[in-house]
Amino acid sequence: MMEMSQTNIKSTATLSIQSEVENILEVSHLKKTFQIKSPDGKKGLLKAVDDVSFTIKKGETFSLVGESGCGKSTLGRTLLGLYPPDRGSKILFNNEDITNISKTNRKNFARKAQLIFQDPSACLNPRRTIKQILMEPFKIHKIKNGEAKITELMDMVGLPSRFLDRYPHEMSGGQKQRVGIARALALDPELVVCDEPVSALDVSIQAQVINLLEDLQKQLNLTYLFISHDLSVVHHISDRVAVMYLGKIVELATRDELYENTQHPYTKALLSSIPDVSGEVREKIILTGDVPSPSNPPSGCRFHTRCPAVMDICRTKEPEFKQTNSNHFVACHLCTK
Amino acid sequence: MTLLKVEDLTIQFKSRQGVVKAVDNLSFELAKGISLGIVGESGSGKSVTSLAIMRLLQNANTEITGKIDFEGVDLLKLSPDEMRKIRGNSVSMIFQEPMTSLNPLHTCGKQIMEPILIHQKGISKQEAKKRAIELLRLVGIPSPEQRFHEYPHQMSGGMRQRIMIAIALACDTKLLIADEPTTALDVTIQAQILDLMSKLKKQRDMSIIMITHDLGVVKEMCENVVVMYTGQIVEKSPTDLVFKDPLHPYTKGLLNAIPKISSKVERLEAIPGTVPDALRMPTGCSFHPRCKYATERCKAEKPPLYKREDGREVRCFIYDAGEKGDDGNVTNEYKEYSNSINPK
Repeated sequence: MMEMSQTNIKSTATLSIQSEVENILEVSHLKKTFQIKSPDGKKGLLKAVDDVSFTIKKGETFSLVGESGCGKSTLGRTLLGLYPPDRGSKILFNNEDITNISKTNRKNFARKAQLIFQDPSACLNPRRTIKQILMEPFKIHKIKNGEAKITELMDMVGLPSRFLDRYPHEMSGGQKQRVGIARALALDPELVVCDEPVSALDVSIQAQVINLLEDLQKQLNLTYLFISHDLSVVHHISDRVAVMYLGKIVELATRDELYENTQHPYTKALLSSIPDVSGEVREKIILTGDVPSPSNPPSGCRFHTRCPAVMDICRTKEPEFKQTNSNHFVACHLCTK
Repeated sequence: MTLLKVEDLTIQFKSRQGVVKAVDNLSFELAKGISLGIVGESGSGKSVTSLAIMRLLQNANTEITGKIDFEGVDLLKLSPDEMRKIRGNSVSMIFQEPMTSLNPLHTCGKQIMEPILIHQKGISKQEAKKRAIELLRLVGIPSPEQRFHEYPHQMSGGMRQRIMIAIALACDTKLLIADEPTTALDVTIQAQILDLMSKLKKQRDMSIIMITHDLGVVKEMCENVVVMYTGQIVEKSPTDLVFKDPLHPYTKGLLNAIPKISSKVERLEAIPGTVPDALRMPTGCSFHPRCKYATERCKAEKPPLYKREDGREVRCFIYDAGEKGDDGNVTNEYKEYSNSINPK
């Protein structure tokens, strides 16, 4: 056990980028497996997140991108303790081990780390007024003065305080998402996990909410873990980006490095398949086939079934997650030869 | 050759709170082999328009006026029986969410055979099955003979959308209406489906109406584009020109609001406010409360759709008198606006 944690710390150290900024979150060898039952009654294991390590620095926006089913939301939720991680995983929050946190400590941790959900209509209780919804965190944590704080919160997210007496159905999607953001910020968290916060919104409203998130980050010195499938939005908002495929991080780099010096064939394909509105003519890489099922991932490199540059070694040997330059990590036999 | 001509289409819904004008005086033309993008945010009337063309909006509380001319026949005047001969035959539609538009109780093969058996009289079941398997191969489904017998739940989202396309193309499709066909799909799958649609369009020389909120999809797929806001066309133009030189402040706003990978901006230029409530439309131009160029005139008068010399159309007073004021000079409003678009 002792030995295990030592190797964990070591690998985290090599993965973190040298800088003076403190890490708010250090994740090493995080795994999350779900037990599933297939239609024919057989029990199986689904490795939603499979051995993922990374760090998030204070004040930065760290993005997770990937297609549906790649495990990005599960990763975000596991970090917040909403799912218990598998054995061997380690999560440090402000240098404190929160991997298997006790119930009382969990409550304290919840004040510092919050979640913004994708669908603003589904995450607000339809039978409660906005005021009741926003008062909830203060009630749970037995904090007085909630009333004054929620007026401040409404102001912060750009909603008039007369909305406090409304029900969610009386508001538009963008307004509801603002309430979701206000609720997440109610207890002055340090880390906010934003799980596809703008995917359900119209283009013009999406820009408003992205701007709001950026303003709040500056104002409150927040750290974001931004989960999204939209590479344009991620490009706009992130400092560093990790690309996930079937439960694994395949590439991790600073924003500019990832978009300008793309290494992994999957990331290249992802980037080329976004219909961009700028005039640039880009070469299209159209991947064949679908994402394989995470309950039965391909052998070797998980991307080998769809990879346009597949080699023999990819079918049998899983590529290591290696550093290619100071800001860039990639898991691909081709890139780390 | 014009395939579809929509003239003054107006669609109103009567509700307990009042009458909602979902589509207001819409006119556009679509030539054979051309694809037209209809872009707009939720509530702009783009889906309702497509449902009206398919004649799927028959309800006591719906009032449709105008003309939908398809190959010289006004679809709005056809009897339900006559329309049934066109729907799914020469005009077909694919929907956003392929899971909810396929019948979960029938195999995919059976659902592809259905339009063939209905529209092509005298075809035997065996032949229809052969044809369905051909279609499955055409839309790129591997081992079509096996997949023919599978149910929608056994397929992935991308494959289901391919099945939808196969059903839509089962007969002699001349016009394909695609209502947000890739919105529910992942980007790599979206690229596959868009690629398939452009290939089929070329192969069959069919016209496509692409309804979407994604300007990137329009840029990739469509020759012409119609931008809608609160049920009205605000801009009609060839696609490449819209992206180079958007005319309407709303189009310009939409383009600015999208984050782009090729350029870095500190802050996105969001359009302030929200789309107005259909029951409480603002006076004058419906975009004026969100428009930074709005003048007193915009608040009082409704702007008509101005036709420019280059054939583009735009609904904004900035373009009054063909960009020229009464004195023959370009109006100051337009100068200001065009400077803001292309700062020198």
